[in-house]
Amino acid sequence: MEIFALVKQVPDSVSEIRISSDPRRTEEAGIKFVMNPFDEFAVEEAIRIKERFVDARVTALCCGPERAVESIRMALAMGADRGLHAWDPAFQDQDGIATARVLAAALKGRAVDLILAGKHAIDDVNHTVPSALAEFLGLPQVNGVTRLELAADGKSATARRRIEGGEEIVDVLLPAVITCEKGINDPRYPSLPGLMKAKKKELERLTLAQLGLATSDVGLEGSPTRVTRLSPPPPRSQAKIIARPTLEESVAELVRLLQEEAKVL
Amino acid sequence: MPQFKGVDFYGLDGLLSDEERMVRDTVREWVDDRVLPVIGQHYREGTFPSELIPELSRLGAFGSNLRGYGCAGLGSVAYGLLMQELERGDSGLRSFVSVQGALAMYAMDAFGTDAQKERWLPPMARGEKLGCFGLTEPDFGSNPAGLATRARKTSQGYVIQGNKMWITSGSLADVAVVWAKIENDPGVEGASPDAIRGFLVEKGVPGFSAQDIHGKLSLRASVTSELLLDHCEVGEDALLPAARGLKAPLRCLNQARYGIAWGAVGAAMACYEEARQYAASRIQFGRPIGSFQLVQKKLAEMLTEITKAQLLVLRLAQLKDQGQARHPQISMAKMNNVETALGVARTARDILGAAGILDECQCFRHLCNLESVKTYEGTHDIHLLILGEEITGIPAFA
Repeated sequence: MEIFALVKQVPDSVSEIRISSDPRRTEEAGIKFVMNPFDEFAVEEAIRIKERFVDARVTALCCGPERAVESIRMALAMGADRGLHAWDPAFQDQDGIATARVLAAALKGRAVDLILAGKHAIDDVNHTVPSALAEFLGLPQVNGVTRLELAADGKSATARRRIEGGEEIVDVLLPAVITCEKGINDPRYPSLPGLMKAKKKELERLTLAQLGLATSDVGLEGSPTRVTRLSPPPPRSQAKIIARPTLEESVAELVRLLQEEAKVL
Repeated sequence: MPQFKGVDFYGLDGLLSDEERMVRDTVREWVDDRVLPVIGQHYREGTFPSELIPELSRLGAFGSNLRGYGCAGLGSVAYGLLMQELERGDSGLRSFVSVQGALAMYAMDAFGTDAQKERWLPPMARGEKLGCFGLTEPDFGSNPAGLATRARKTSQGYVIQGNKMWITSGSLADVAVVWAKIENDPGVEGASPDAIRGFLVEKGVPGFSAQDIHGKLSLRASVTSELLLDHCEVGEDALLPAARGLKAPLRCLNQARYGIAWGAVGAAMACYEEARQYAASRIQFGRPIGSFQLVQKKLAEMLTEITKAQLLVLRLAQLKDQGQARHPQISMAKMNNVETALGVARTARDILGAAGILDECQCFRHLCNLESVKTYEGTHDIHLLILGEEITGIPAFA
C-alpha cells in the first residue's frame, strides 16, 4: 500500500509576519518555518495506517523551496519511509492550482493508494492544493476528516467529518485524497533516534524537467490566480475598561455599550 | 503558555546543523507542551512527574548520546541541547534523564560486559527499566576516594556493605550502579581508591533497600534517596569488569557534568525570558519597569552571562566530539554555567518582585533547584580546586 502525505512548510504560528518590500510577498528573514500543523495530522495518520498494514509505505511529498526539506525530514523522523521533494526556481510565486499540477506530475506513473493532507495550510488558508490534486488525478476526495478507518483489504475507507450540527459518515473507494481536520489524531513528536535516522532515508528530488512540465504549467504563468498585494490586518482597537463605582452600574454600562455601540445585543 | 523562542544573542543557531536544531526544537516543543503545564504542581507537592517517563522514552531521551542498544546516538551538541531544553523545564527532570543516561547507562556501556549491556541498555533506553548511581556516601561527598562501602569477594560473588546518600532516582531505580571497595582483592590494598569497583545491584536483592530523603526545598520534582546495602549478596556477574579505581566513576561524572553545563543554560534562559517579559509588562511610575536603567542593567548582564555560557558549552561540545575535552575544561563549564544560572535566576526573582516568590512563576523554582545543581556532581568549590590544580600543578585537596 502506497500512502502519500502532503507536507507544506509554513511560518510558525507565533512568528511575526511582515510584508516585504515586494508587497506580494512576506519577509522570510527571522521567520521560523515549521511543518503545517494540519499536515502533521496527515503524516501521523499515514504512519498509524502503516503500523496496521505491514506492506504499507509512507512517502512525504512536498512542493516547496529548498528550506522545506526540513519539514520532509520532520515527517521522516516521525516515521515516514521516504521523501519526495519537488522544487524548481520556476515554481516561485505559483498558486495552489499550479502546485497541485506539480504534485500530480510527481505522482505520475507511481502506484498510489491513499493521499493524506492537512485540510488547509495555516499560512495562506486556501484549501486548494489537495482538492486540485484530486481533480488532476481524477480521484475522489473527502475533506476535513476527523476519523478515518480503512477496510481490512485496504480497498476502501470510511471517513467521518464534522458538519453543522452533526457528523457525516462517508464511504470512499481508494485511492482517494483525504484531508485531515484537527482531532483526527494527536501527532507524535519525532523521536531523537528518528531524527538521527531521517537523514539516511531516501529523499528524491524532482525538478521542472524531471517532472516533464513546461514553464507555462508552473509559476505565475501556470497560476490562474495571483496575489496582487498583501496588507497587514487593521490594528486592534484598545480594550475599553468599564469602571463605574458599583458593579451594577458597570454591568448596566456594559449592556448599553453592547447594544448601542457594538450592536451585538 | 507562549512558545519559548530561545535566547540567541550571538546567532549561535547558525553554528548548529539542521539535525541539531531539529532535536532542540522537538524537545523545546515537548517541554512547552508537556512539562511546563504540570511541573509547578509537582514541585509544590514534591512529586516526581512519572507520567512523563513513557513520553521521554518515546522521544528517545534516555542514553541518547550512546550508540546501539536502541539509543539515539546524538552528537555532543544535540545531546547538550536536549539537556538544555529539559532543564529549561526543571532541573529535577534533567537530573532524572542525566542519571539514567549519563551515569547509569554510561557506566554499563563503558565498563560492562556484553551480557550486562544486552540485559540492561535496551530496556533502559526504552525507559522500562530505570537506573541510579551510588557513589556519594553520608561521610564521603567531595572526597569519594575515601568511600566506606565495602565489597567482600566470596565463592559465589560479592557481599556489599555500606550506605549511599543523595541518590537521584534511588527508590525509582530497578538497578543501582554501586561503587564499593573490594577489601580482599589480592594485590590491591582494600582501603585504597584503587580498590573501588562498580556493581550492578538490582532492586529486590535481599539486603538492598532505598529510602527517600524528605524535607527538600530544592529539586522537589525529583526523587532523592539513600541506598542501604546491608550484607547485600550479588553474583559474580554484578561486577562491571572494566571499571577499576576511582577513575571509573569520575569518568561517569564527567559525562553528567557535561550535561549539567548545558542544562544550566536552559534554566538561565527560562529565568531571563521570564524576567524580560515581566519587565516589559509591569508598570510602575506610569511606565514599564524595563524602561528603568537599573532593570536594563540587570537584563543586559543576564543576557551577557547567558551568551558567554552558551559559547563555553558549544566549544566544549566540539572538543568532546573530537575526543579532546579534558576534565578540567568540563569542570570550568559546569562551575561557570551553574553559577551563571544561579545569578540569572536570582536577578530574575528580583525583577519580578513579590511575584517572583510564587510557584506560578519559574524563577524561584529554578533558583532553589540550582542550589542543588551547584553542589552535586562536584561542588562549585571542588571544580575551582580542579582548575587550581590544573593551573599550578599542585592539588589542594589530596
